[in-house]
Amino acid sequence: MNDLLFYSTLVIYAAATVLYLTYLIKPQQILGRIGHWVISVGFLVHLGFTVNRYFVAGHTPITNLHESLSFFSLAVVGIFILCERRYHVFILGSFVTPLALLILVVSATFSSTIPPLNPALQSRWLLVHTSMAFLGYAAFAVSFGASIMYLIQSHFVKKRRLGTMFQKLPPLDMLDEISYRCLTFGFPLLTFAIISGAIWAESAWGTYWSWDPKETWSLVTWFVYAALLHGRLTTGWRGRKAALLSIFGFLIMLFTFLGVNLLLPGLHSYK
Amino acid sequence: MNIIVVGLSHKTAGVEIREKVAFAPTQMEKPLKAVVELPDITEAIIVSTCNRVEIYATTRDIAGGMARLKRFLADYHGLNLETLEKHLYSYHGEDATRHVFRVASSLDSMVVGEPQILGQIKTSYGYAAEYKSSGIILNRFLHKAFSVAKRVRTETKIASSAVSVAFAAVELAKKIFGELTDKTVLLIGAGEMCELAAKHFINTGVRGVMVTNRTYERAEKLAEEFDAKPIRFEDLFDHLHKADIILSSTGAPHFIIREKEMNEVIRRRKMKAMFFIDIAVPRDIDPKVNDVENVYLYTVDDLNGVVATNLEQRKIEAAKAEAIVEQEIGQFFKWLSSLEVTPTIVALRTRFDEIRKAELAKTISGWKDLPPGAEKKLDALTNAFMNKLLHQPMSVLKKSEQGNRNDLYVDALRNLFDLDTGEPQENLIELEE
Repeated sequence: MNDLLFYSTLVIYAAATVLYLTYLIKPQQILGRIGHWVISVGFLVHLGFTVNRYFVAGHTPITNLHESLSFFSLAVVGIFILCERRYHVFILGSFVTPLALLILVVSATFSSTIPPLNPALQSRWLLVHTSMAFLGYAAFAVSFGASIMYLIQSHFVKKRRLGTMFQKLPPLDMLDEISYRCLTFGFPLLTFAIISGAIWAESAWGTYWSWDPKETWSLVTWFVYAALLHGRLTTGWRGRKAALLSIFGFLIMLFTFLGVNLLLPGLHSYK
Repeated sequence: MNIIVVGLSHKTAGVEIREKVAFAPTQMEKPLKAVVELPDITEAIIVSTCNRVEIYATTRDIAGGMARLKRFLADYHGLNLETLEKHLYSYHGEDATRHVFRVASSLDSMVVGEPQILGQIKTSYGYAAEYKSSGIILNRFLHKAFSVAKRVRTETKIASSAVSVAFAAVELAKKIFGELTDKTVLLIGAGEMCELAAKHFINTGVRGVMVTNRTYERAEKLAEEFDAKPIRFEDLFDHLHKADIILSSTGAPHFIIREKEMNEVIRRRKMKAMFFIDIAVPRDIDPKVNDVENVYLYTVDDLNGVVATNLEQRKIEAAKAEAIVEQEIGQFFKWLSSLEVTPTIVALRTRFDEIRKAELAKTISGWKDLPPGAEKKLDALTNAFMNKLLHQPMSVLKKSEQGNRNDLYVDALRNLFDLDTGEPQENLIELEE
C-alpha cells in the first residue's frame, strides 16, 4: 500500500512535469490547466501516502532521508498549488514541478522500509520541528523557482528579446511578489523550527544550542534570508538583487538540509 | 438558396467613396427593410464600418440579386452606379462564405487581427435581427461566422501582440508591472506619438499622469488635456522617482537623463522598477540608463522592432487562421445543402397528399351506395399509390445530399411541382403559352 501510493505519486508528478514542460514551449493554455489538475491529484495521493505512513509507522514520517525528501516534495507541491491558485500563472509549474519530481526521485533512491524510531526522536516535538522546517524549506524552494523566472524575464526585457518565452512568463513585478510572499511565509517557519529545535534539544540533550553542524548551518540560512528581508524593507532590495539572493539562500538551505546530513557528521545525521 | 455578398472596403475604395456609401448605425431600419423588399432578395444584413460597407443577402437568382444590391447601394446614396461599380466586389456561394468568415476573423482588416470588426458585425447582425431582415439562413451563417472568428482567436495568436508603437509600449509596461492601475506616467516634452502613447496608458487606467515641458505654459495646457499634474522642467529630478513609466520626447540636443542621476533616482524609490520610453530623436535618455538595476529603457526603434516582429508573427498566424476558415466553409455548406433537401421532400409530400385528399373527397361525395369499409380501403389504396410513386425520386434526392448535385434536383422539383408557395412561376407560365 505504502509503496503503491509512493510510486503512484511519482508517476503522477512525472506526468505533470511533462505537461508543464510542454506548456513551456507550446501555446495551448489547456496544457497548463490539465497540468494543474494532474499535480493537484498527485498532491492528494502524496498526502495520502504521508498520512498512511504516519499511521503505519506510528510516528511522524520525517525521520530519515527517504521520508524527509518525500515530505519536502509534498510541501513544495502544496505551496506551489496555493501560489498557482492565487496568481493564475501555470508557467510557475514549468519551473517548480520538475524540482518537486527531482526531490521525490532522489527520495526513491533511499530505502523505503520503516526502521524502528531512533530513541532520540521519540518526542512530540518531532512533528512540529520537522514539519515547520520542511514547510519553510518548501516556501524557499518556490521562491527560488520564481526568482529564476524573474532573472530570465528580466534578461529578456533588458536585452529586448521579446520572444515566445517572454510572452509566456508573467510580469516582472508579479514574479518578484511571488518570490517575496514565499519568503515571508517561509522565514517565520524556519525561525520557529530553529526555536522549537532549541527547546527540544534542551529536553533531549540537556542544552539549547550545541553548535551541531545542522544548527550552525540553519543559523547561516536564517541569516541569509533575514538579510534579504531586511534589505528589502529598508533599502529596497527587490527585483534582480532580491532574486539573486533568494537563489543563493536556497542553495545554502539545500546544503543545510542535504549537505549536512550526508557530509558532516553530527547529531542530525539521519540517513 | 444562395448567399451573396456585395460591398466595398478599404482595399477597393478610398475614404472619400466609403463615407458616401456608409449607413448611419442609428438608422438601419429603413435600408434593411428596403433591401429585403427587393425582388429575389429574401434575407439581408448590412455591415457598415469606417473601413467597409457590405450587404450579405440570400437569393434564388445569383446574378439578378447581385445586380439589384449594387443598384440599391448606388440609388440609396444617390450615386452614379457606373462610378460606384468599379469599387464594388461581389461574391456568391463558397467565395461569399469565405469572405464573410475572413472579415469576421479580422483577416481582411486593414490591421490584420484587430479586434473591433467582430463586434461591429455583431452589432450589424443585431439590427438585422431586430428589424427581422435576417432569416434562417443568414442567422445560421452569421453565428457560424462568429464561431469561426472565435476559433481563430483562441487557436491562433493572431491578435495577441501589439502592432502599433503606442500599444507595444503599453504591452511592455504590463510585462514589467503587471496591472498598471497603481502606476504613474510622466510625460517629458510633447509630440504626437508621445501623446498618443500617453492616451493609451490613460485608457489602460493608470493612477496618475505628470507632465513637464521646457515652457511651463505648454505643460499646463497638456496637463489640462490629460487631467494631469504639471511640473516645472527644472524640478524634473524632484519628481522623477514618483514616476513608474516615463515617456520622453523633447527637442533637447543632448541627454536629459543620465545613468548618474538614475542611480540616485532608483535608490530614492527603493529599487522599484522604472520603464523609460524614449521617443525623441536625438535621444533624451542616455542608453546607459538601461544598465541601471530594475530600469528598462526602450527607444522608438526598439518599439518599432517589436511591432515589426509582431507583424511578422501575425502573418504566420494568419496562415493558420486561413486554414481554419477553409475547414469551416466545408462544414457550413454541408448544412446549407441539407437544409435544401429536407424541406423540399416535406413540401413535395404535402403537395401530393393535398391532391390525393382532394380527389378522394370528390370521389366519395359523388358515390351514392358506398359499401361499408370502402372509404378506408380507398384511402389506403391512394396512399400506397402515392408512396410508391414518391419512393424513387425521394431516395434519389436523399442520396444527392451527400453529393453536390442536390441544388439542381431541388431547383427542378421546386419548379416542376410549384413548391415555392406565394411566388409566381414565370418559367411554367412561359411554357404553357
